[in-house]
Amino acid sequence: MEDRKPFEIQYVRSQFPALSQYVYNKPLVYFDNAATTQKPLVVIDRLKLWYELENSNIHRGVHYLSQQGTIAFETARKTVAAFLNAKETHEIIFTKGTTDSINLLASSLGRLLVNEGDSVLVTGMEHHSNFVPWQQLCLEKKANLLVAAITDSGEVDLEDYKSLLEKRPKIVSITHISNVLGTINPIEEMIRLAHEYNIPVVIDGAQSVAHQKIDVQALNCDFFAFSGHKLYAPMGVGVLYGKEKWLNAMPPYQFGGEMVNQVSIKETLFNDLPFKFEAGTPNVGAVLGLESAIHFIEMTGIEQIGLHEEQLLHYALEKLKEIDQIRFIGHPKKQAGVISFLIGNIHPFDAGMIIDKLGIAIRTGHHCAQPVMERYGIPGTMRASFAAYNTFEEIDIFVAAVKKAALMLS
Amino acid sequence: MTIEQTQQQIIDEFSMFDDWMDKYNFLIEMGKDCPIIDTQYKTNNYLITGCQSRVWLHASYDGNLISFSADSDAVITKGIVNLLIRVFNGHSPEEILAADTAFLDQIGLKEHLSPTRSNGLVSMVKQMKLYAQVYHLKSTQQTKHE
Ligand SMILES: Cc1ncc(COP(=O)(O)O)c(C=O)c1O
Repeated sequence: MEDRKPFEIQYVRSQFPALSQYVYNKPLVYFDNAATTQKPLVVIDRLKLWYELENSNIHRGVHYLSQQGTIAFETARKTVAAFLNAKETHEIIFTKGTTDSINLLASSLGRLLVNEGDSVLVTGMEHHSNFVPWQQLCLEKKANLLVAAITDSGEVDLEDYKSLLEKRPKIVSITHISNVLGTINPIEEMIRLAHEYNIPVVIDGAQSVAHQKIDVQALNCDFFAFSGHKLYAPMGVGVLYGKEKWLNAMPPYQFGGEMVNQVSIKETLFNDLPFKFEAGTPNVGAVLGLESAIHFIEMTGIEQIGLHEEQLLHYALEKLKEIDQIRFIGHPKKQAGVISFLIGNIHPFDAGMIIDKLGIAIRTGHHCAQPVMERYGIPGTMRASFAAYNTFEEIDIFVAAVKKAALMLS
Repeated sequence: MTIEQTQQQIIDEFSMFDDWMDKYNFLIEMGKDCPIIDTQYKTNNYLITGCQSRVWLHASYDGNLISFSADSDAVITKGIVNLLIRVFNGHSPEEILAADTAFLDQIGLKEHLSPTRSNGLVSMVKQMKLYAQVYHLKSTQQTKHE
């Protein structure tokens, strides 16, 4: 990038209008980035432009706006393909989000590969979105869901993973980064191990795509799913990357307009990739917003973002350690900018209510990962998660708030 | 005291605080006075759904008045449930059914709790009214038999 500016935090922040607001008369500290990120002006402006001037239905009309919209939409697909380093542009399917991408796979890849008595392998640290669709598929097919154990420090037990691979599951689906523990899983190795048995691997990239460079060809994963809204893009758009050979072999997921070639009363010929998997009118504005978000990330520099977040993580961990009775849930060797913690026996909900009143947005609860809570025998955690625009000063404010909550509640 | 009088008393108590931290402290203190549910009822059957923390609620009826007991694993929630118990305890099913809960808005509890949390509050009120409904039906059926 020629015109990339050096990573300058105030410049980064200035691009996010939401960050300058006050809540309860306090400047907002937004540490709920694992749930969703705030949006930069380029994304907001892109959405505005689409709805102000460009709005039309794509792939359908011969009229000017429809043609321009189609070109913009297909250009966005190219941008996403380049962002993930996909080999082919048509390996990029637009969906509603990670959940939608994984449901597509559980339904379509599941139908292709899983039969009675077969199995599917996930880990014990999955978000419900990468757990329940496979569980339900297995129940329907009378197949088995295999769950690789996690260790006390919050890492996948690789020995357990290897021994479960020996049962020859038909599909392996694992999260790249845990949304609760922050664990960065060694997915390169996990993919390689699964491929020794020719098992296709799905990567849930919801928590990784905004924080590190993703190269699907280097990873050699068979599928990679993510949500736009965790990547500074609008809600309602996500991506499913899939290797062409798999996407061609898979049956369509939903039926309707756009995904068909020819329909007669007796039969239907389905469209080619990627349209085969994109039934109905897509969320075009959000797709264009996603393209702008990718430009924002490229201008800011994904490596710089990752480095900044790592520094925030280490600073926050050090600061939080000053608090009496702090308990970190998971302390993996490789951790992304996600911290789950508890203070003594204080209920996370109580502390969360007080921290909220101090203007700080963190998440409390089970984070849609109840098997993880069960594993550690806790009702939930408090979770702080960082993005490109967070600062060290914000961490100071946050730690002071946690201390105040601890004082009030103990 | 009537239900309205207790509600007014609570509104007055809350109006002394202008800071939300003080209100929370007050709720935490109030939780300490909560009539604690008997351990035999601290089961999933008595759990109120719709709360981020766990809340158990039980009611007993002496043929005339209802008394509630509860517990929660979160102290602020326990304060909130006890606030409701203070209002409804020792009243007849009919009084509880007829009671209005607008005071929750007046003390800012509903407005200051996010929808999911507020659902917890709404669920608590609903559950108390449900108990009142059941006891009301029981007592009217008994009078029919007499
Ligand atoms: C690891 C992981 N997977 C999947 C999801 C689901 O994403 P979405 O709700 O955008 O579909 C999330 C969101 O929290 C997540 O953290």
